[in-house]
Amino acid sequence: MKAYQPIALLLAASLAGAALAEEGEEHEGGRQSLMAVTNAKWKVECASCHTLYHPGLLPERSWRKLMAGLDKHFGESAALDPVTNKEITDFLVKYSADQSADRRSSRIASSIPAASTPLRITETAWFKREHDKVSTNVWKRPKIGSPANCAACHAGAEQGSFSEHQVKIPR
Amino acid sequence: MKTLLKSALTLAMLAGVSAYAATPEEIQRGYTAQARQENPQFKDFAASRGEQFYHAKRTHSSGNAISCASCHTDNPKNTGTHERTRKTIQPMAPIANTERFSDPAKVEKWFKRNCQDVLERACTAQEKGDYIAYLRSVK
Repeated sequence: MKAYQPIALLLAASLAGAALAEEGEEHEGGRQSLMAVTNAKWKVECASCHTLYHPGLLPERSWRKLMAGLDKHFGESAALDPVTNKEITDFLVKYSADQSADRRSSRIASSIPAASTPLRITETAWFKREHDKVSTNVWKRPKIGSPANCAACHAGAEQGSFSEHQVKIPR
Repeated sequence: MKTLLKSALTLAMLAGVSAYAATPEEIQRGYTAQARQENPQFKDFAASRGEQFYHAKRTHSSGNAISCASCHTDNPKNTGTHERTRKTIQPMAPIANTERFSDPAKVEKWFKRNCQDVLERACTAQEKGDYIAYLRSVK
């Protein structure tokens, strides 16, 4: 019995090491998932025209500004009735990058300067850093169109999953 | 007239909350009272006018030519594509998409948005009724 103890310890230590490595690997693969959250109105209203963007991708001030300007939403009207607007705004704020308890969201939030209120996720420094190896031609492929089309390459984008292992760039 | 429009919208919104299911014909008919208010000479809705409206190209203040068909395609039985986001738009013709024109609040929501995007103004009740009449007529 005693003879097995060192092996068990070794095993435990290597498992712990693997877990740590995975945690530390977030930049190049590993678990790149945001906290799973959902709201029925958000799912329907925010995904009619584009990818369903996870609340943890932008800070509270960005979501508030964006939701207050839906009548001119990136050049289009995405106007909502006030009740629906409030419900979705509250949901986005609750799980926003700076309000959420999610560690990954917090990192996104802290990478955005306090004086800036980005409305495009693609304008943030961390987005640019994560996509620095993607060339302009790739973004312009018909099945992608623009960097805003997360789901074109990240199948789990709408669930907040951006694991590099799941990335499939369409031709 | 504004109060009437407001109460019609409120009704439509309330209907949306309970996910009130209607037929395209009922939704088209729902624009009759408002069309009469806007124009005492109003007679009826016409599929032919709706067809013209659907295909009519205008120059947007941004300089681009735009019509309903820009995103919904020339054939309303086809699946459309949002020009910038590449998101699929289900067909406009009820014959190809049974969900189309089945929720009054949803219909109002999209008229409000898309009339602004294409015409840069709100649509009249006449235009909305004609539009639905055209899409219902597509076989």
